[in-house]
Amino acid sequence: MLAKRIIPCLDVKDGETVKGTNFVNLRSAGDPVELGKAYSEQGADELTFLDITASHEGRKTFTEMVSRVAATVNIPFTVGGGIGELKDVDRLLNAGADKVSINSAALRRPELIDEITHHFGSQVCVVAIDAYKDESGNWTCYLNGGRIPTGRGLFEWAHEAQERGAGEILFTSMNHDGVKAGFANDALRRLSDELSIPIIASGGAGVKEHFRDTFLHGHSDAALAASVFHFGEIPIPELKQYLHANGINVRL
Amino acid sequence: MYLRVLFYNFAPEMKIAIVKYNAGNIYSVVHALKRLGVDPVLTDDEQELRSADKVLFPGQGEASQAMGYLRQHGLDKVIRSLTQPVLGICIGQQLMCRHSEEGDTDCLDIFPVDVKKFCPTRHEDKVPHMGWNLLEVKKERMLNEPFSLCTDQTYVYFVHSFYVPVCDFTTAVTNYIQPFSAALHRDNFYATQFHPEKSGAVGEEILRKFLENT
Repeated sequence: MLAKRIIPCLDVKDGETVKGTNFVNLRSAGDPVELGKAYSEQGADELTFLDITASHEGRKTFTEMVSRVAATVNIPFTVGGGIGELKDVDRLLNAGADKVSINSAALRRPELIDEITHHFGSQVCVVAIDAYKDESGNWTCYLNGGRIPTGRGLFEWAHEAQERGAGEILFTSMNHDGVKAGFANDALRRLSDELSIPIIASGGAGVKEHFRDTFLHGHSDAALAASVFHFGEIPIPELKQYLHANGINVRL
Repeated sequence: MYLRVLFYNFAPEMKIAIVKYNAGNIYSVVHALKRLGVDPVLTDDEQELRSADKVLFPGQGEASQAMGYLRQHGLDKVIRSLTQPVLGICIGQQLMCRHSEEGDTDCLDIFPVDVKKFCPTRHEDKVPHMGWNLLEVKKERMLNEPFSLCTDQTYVYFVHSFYVPVCDFTTAVTNYIQPFSAALHRDNFYATQFHPEKSGAVGEEILRKFLENT
């Protein structure tokens, strides 16, 4: 049986991880390569590195970091942030990334999904969606890290992404992100039940129970989180043991 | 929880070749071998491949395009007639079979079995089969296999939409939609559907065993 995946997400700026970490025994806790390796040894199933640099120089530093991750880490990893066109994807896959995550660029020009999957296969193309649920219960997709509303609905955009060849959907609920009160399981469940590609839950993890709930009630295939792992609030081995004890199939 | 990987110093003269062709994701195998202390050569040259101590045939890609490229460069005959240990990975395993439903492609016929497309019957069985799944090693075939030290019921990483049915050459089985060949062995030819180069410490151990024991 396919295991549910636990994915730590690392924000990288100018080659350094941004959020503080609680890892001991690391020569440099800010080094994304060292941190990625530590997560991998703890039992993370995949890693995600997000480039939050804006500058051209920072982008070059990120690509170099991707090469070092590929040489060091022995589990799959996804990279995202600032991917606007096919040549960005080519550069990052050549540096050794297994998958790329695209967000705003796909909303602005959906054909990018077709191009990526045509050239490199569906399995490399993760479409990340940031969406906000308004008072009337409608989910709207946002651009640029949640700053610009698009008028596009979460579910219809997710369907289009799948039809264009996306290999996975990474859905972040802006209502739940940072609140640490659990994932957006109702929306996740609808995505998972309507779509035939894997759904990664993101935004809202605070305690171990939230991961159990998104797998059981949100029907998520994977769960991504940042701060609960970086600050050592939930050690990955403990989380995996907890999920296993609750009847969820995880890799131990 | 984790296998301790011992880093042996492989004989410096051991030459490992990786088949260079139009498939993606070959560099992750190069990195994995380097982590084990060997520096492989990536080549499509017949003499280089024949003179290597071991050959790896990895990659991700589409079967008909990959076979077309191999035939065009004469690599199909070369791979088939190699006498040293050969390890196919992912599309490599599928190309070593007789035929693939992907693009209705005649393949290398090292393993006389036909590659099928996954046909899910339940919504939760998504295709591609992507992620970590269990490897069940066939006990009666464990001797002299590169998988001999692998604990049974271990998780390895898969990404694929086509599968090799269980056959006489199956050395490990994984169950997804139905049981399929996670690993094959015949004479000097070995193959895995999963990616040992992406399967953490367990995968590293499997690659090390291939280098050391075959």
